Amino acid sequence: MKALVPLAAILGVAGLAYAGGLLPGTRALLGVVLPYAAMGIFLIGFSFRVVRWAWSALPFHIPTTCGQQKSLGWIRSNPIENPNHKAGVAARMALEILLFRSLFRNSQARLEEEGPRLLYAENKWLWLGALAFHWSLLVVLVRHLRYFLSPVPAFLPALDAVDGFLQIGAPQLFVTDAVIVAALLYLLARRFANGRVRYLSLPGDFFALFLLLGIAITGILMRYFTKVDLEGIKQLALGLVTFSPLVPASVGPLFFVHLTFASLLLAYFPFSKLMHMGGIFLSPTRNLANDSRARRHVNPWDYPVKVHTYQEWEEEFHDKIASAGLPLEKERTRA
Amino acid sequence: MRDKFWILGGLLLFVGVATLPTWRDWETHANTRPPALVLPAHAKQCVAPLDFMRGSHMQLLLDWRQSAVRENNPTYVAYDGKTYPKSLTKTCLSCHDKREFCDRCHDYVGARTPYCWNCHVDPALGKGAAR
Ligand code: HEC
Ligand code: HEC
Ligand code: HEC
Repeated sequence: MKALVPLAAILGVAGLAYAGGLLPGTRALLGVVLPYAAMGIFLIGFSFRVVRWAWSALPFHIPTTCGQQKSLGWIRSNPIENPNHKAGVAARMALEILLFRSLFRNSQARLEEEGPRLLYAENKWLWLGALAFHWSLLVVLVRHLRYFLSPVPAFLPALDAVDGFLQIGAPQLFVTDAVIVAALLYLLARRFANGRVRYLSLPGDFFALFLLLGIAITGILMRYFTKVDLEGIKQLALGLVTFSPLVPASVGPLFFVHLTFASLLLAYFPFSKLMHMGGIFLSPTRNLANDSRARRHVNPWDYPVKVHTYQEWEEEFHDKIASAGLPLEKERTRA
Repeated sequence: MRDKFWILGGLLLFVGVATLPTWRDWETHANTRPPALVLPAHAKQCVAPLDFMRGSHMQLLLDWRQSAVRENNPTYVAYDGKTYPKSLTKTCLSCHDKREFCDRCHDYVGARTPYCWNCHVDPALGKGAAR
């Protein structure tokens, strides 16, 4: 059920967009209004969430410390896993953002039948799948710049050449096209195959995966199989970013499915877990140096609390305590 | 407080990158007009219907290569009954000019110049045409 509803939603959107691409009345809606609205929601929503994060208080200094802290000179510290200054933090963030360091650390607990005994084993598959997906997505996005720029800068054809180095077919097979679908299918299969992950999965997780798969599959269909009029699509894309929108008649309905999916992804982004794109930069456990002993961290939520110390209390009830024969702190210290 | 400066700076950078195409197109005065393709003077029809040629000429070329070089089947019978030799230089470039036709469109859509020209010759070069 958690997967079926998102799947049905995606298929429904695909059907609507395909039909909309056929009808003359809705083509401008899907090809112009929807992308602008989606980009607007994306930029404003994304900024809004980041600004709200920036303004939230950070009551505790909570870096994760997965290595030896810097202490005495003769104890070797681990400046990246347990950074004590900004440079170490920068290195740790770079490892996290570019190479997904914490996923690499992933280990899995498993109960072995015989015994039974508990086993902990490293599991790098999630890391590999995530890395393959994200890097492919980046390359795919950069490659798409060629539709939005005119003249096309020289590095884009060069990137195409690297991505198409297998020289299979024409247009050439892009390695990232194959990798991104394989990675997405793995990430999806993982949510079904592993009972615990299935239990933890939410409809939103499936929705994002189905949506990304939908985008990749429609793109691949257009490039390698059904064929499209790329000249018309370039006009449409260029028209959008130069604010002189137009929808050429030669653009087929499948492209509208692709464009609607992409717009949906943009519009959905700020409301979803996909915000981890911005959030990863702001994770306090990763981007703080472990210098809480060297430097005082003041909780911004602290306000002057009215306290009543024991000394004041004793002062107040001095006579009563003395007459009851109870020991008085004041006298003890004096003695 | 100093963090906010960095976060807002980063956010601004992100918005800039996300809208980069608009800035760049503004700077290059890009417009949506596709390039004028020089069409052959002596012919009205391509080797296949226009719709097919637009999307699938690269596939057609690979099919030609496959059947001409590997299957020794060097003649193509077009949809209108005409026959053409299956050759990139001798057929396509007898009607089309590489630079004024193929390259212009490929440059506009940002398709990489096909690697075919590493080996196949552009006859316009031999005739002492510009460069
Ligand atoms: C109307 C525009 C247009 C014209 C004119 C045109 N092409 Fe293309 N060509 C394309 C598009 C679009 C692609 C696919 C690019 C992509 O998807 O990366 C392509 C791709 C190719 C490819 C495959 C390239 C690769 O590495 O994937 C070859 C080969 C090719 N064209 C040959 C030619 C030749 C030869 C001519 C001239 C006779 C020509 N084209 C004219 C639009 C055009
Ligand atoms: C490594 C050099 C090389 C490259 C690159 C190359 N070809 Fe060829 N091609 C040849 C040679 C050599 C022949 C002649 C083979 C023969 O006649 O036995 C040929 C023959 C052909 C033929 C059939 C005969 C003819 O005269 O044209 C076609 C069609 C063809 N190539 C298309 C292509 C296309 C399309 C590309 C780009 C996608 C391409 N070739 C890239 C070397 C190359
Ligand atoms: C007999 C001459 C002739 C030959 C040979 C020929 N073409 Fe064409 N081609 C044309 C004409 C004429 C048009 C314009 C057709 C039209 O507008 O209906 C055209 C159109 C095209 C287009 C579409 C341009 C556009 O405006 O979108 C492409 C791409 C193309 N040809 C590629 C090729 C390739 C590749 C070959 C070799 C396989 C080839 N042509 C061989 C005459 C020819």
